[in-house]
Amino acid sequence: MELFGIWVAAFLTLCIYSFLYRDNPFYRFAEHLFVGISVGYGIVIAIHQGVIPLAWEPLSEAVSALWTEITGETTPEIRSALWGLFKIIPIAFGLLFFARLSPRHNWLVRYPIAILIGFGAGIAIPNMLQANIFEQTRATIEPFGAIGPFVDVPPEARLSALDIFGAILMVIGVICTLTYFFFSVEHRGPINWLSKVGIAFLMIGFGAAFGNTVMGRLALMIHRVGFLINEWIGSFGALF
Amino acid sequence: MLEKFMNMDRRIIFILVALVVIIPTLIPVRLPITVSEPTQKLYDFIEELPSGSTIMMAFDYGPSSLAEPEPMAKAVMQHCFSKGVRVIGMTLYPNTPTLADKLMRKIADENNAVYGQDYVFLGYRPGTLPVILGMGTNIANVFETDYAKTPITEIPIMENITNYDQIDLLLDLSAGSLTEAWIIYANTRYGLKIAAGVTAVIIAQMYPYLQSGQLVGMLPGYLGAAQYEKLLNAPGDGTVGLNTASFAHLLIIVLVILGNVAFFIRQEREA
Repeated sequence: MELFGIWVAAFLTLCIYSFLYRDNPFYRFAEHLFVGISVGYGIVIAIHQGVIPLAWEPLSEAVSALWTEITGETTPEIRSALWGLFKIIPIAFGLLFFARLSPRHNWLVRYPIAILIGFGAGIAIPNMLQANIFEQTRATIEPFGAIGPFVDVPPEARLSALDIFGAILMVIGVICTLTYFFFSVEHRGPINWLSKVGIAFLMIGFGAAFGNTVMGRLALMIHRVGFLINEWIGSFGALF
Repeated sequence: MLEKFMNMDRRIIFILVALVVIIPTLIPVRLPITVSEPTQKLYDFIEELPSGSTIMMAFDYGPSSLAEPEPMAKAVMQHCFSKGVRVIGMTLYPNTPTLADKLMRKIADENNAVYGQDYVFLGYRPGTLPVILGMGTNIANVFETDYAKTPITEIPIMENITNYDQIDLLLDLSAGSLTEAWIIYANTRYGLKIAAGVTAVIIAQMYPYLQSGQLVGMLPGYLGAAQYEKLLNAPGDGTVGLNTASFAHLLIIVLVILGNVAFFIRQEREA
């Protein structure tokens, strides 16, 4: 069975790489198969790991507990299971997403969307500000607190010449890049120069990102080539 | 000649790239590896953890991007098991549970780690934000059972673990932007220490967090995996991948230089 899996994986890998020569039915078959299996598998996992344990099981337990409560045979465990009935509220709101399918009732979808946006914004705004603005600003300024001899810091905690250069470069980069995105003032004279330096910093950033992207894509290829050579060609011995 | 070069069939480049990947795979070459600061920081952090500490590993990558995070996971888990550090696995990707479960069991078997005592895999729960935030209050509220459906109250490793307060580090093995979500919600809100093992595509995005200390350490792509393997003195998939990648990078650098030179020569001729 494992051998069969290796051969199927090798066939599909070669189908995908055949696109490098030109678009062809083998490539399209493998592409559609990958998309279909990914979505199908994702849905099954979401049902088994999400819907069943988080919604179906607690709700069905609560309903059977309610029935037991009604018939009079109750225990403290059964009473606590009754709390599961409250899950009806989030489940009902979640089900309202399907109202989108009905033209007459699609306005109902606004309620779960409103809850999601309200919850998302309320949680995200303070945490994002803290993580991406305040912490980053602190990290940009903080090194200057360790530059001796102007600041009273123990010699072992003082920054080296290279670190000082890095800290100054960082501040220049931040100011110049922000200036490039500052459109309330016309980019002329010193502002123009600052924004041009900002463009240089941005280009270096994009260059680093592009280089890393190439590295990442190559890693995927190396992994597949390694699989084809070591596992697929390696399986020939077991077959012949 | 110049025109011919500028209009070269791209498939020739594909063949060249394929050759520089295939040849080093067939004839392995060991190139020197220098350990970078982000990798060293993560290694040192785990090295200093006392036996019995707990780290959480989030397998936030899919089957299409496992080339880089898997060697990282192997190296870090090997390190943890050798030091008696317990590992709790989980994922925010619906396509990953089977992959991650299989990987954890394989590495655990190689290191004689026992399921439930040295490691556990909790599986997947839908909804990124509610999962990250929910575990900050009570992990059992989010994962009532592990991936094998065992109630987590019956799993020894989870006995004294309620929420992030009992987790010493979260290592997010990510192929997307989920590391940022962990930083924004788990680190900022709950003070959970976070490290990242990311694919090369998102390395540049992570450096600001590393510089600010919001990330304890980082494994950048194949490079990070290879460096960690070097620190463990146990070369593995990361080392093999990095050696092969080095030849491909060299080819790409040469092609970029040639392309630029040809471009400027043509520009000058046209002028």
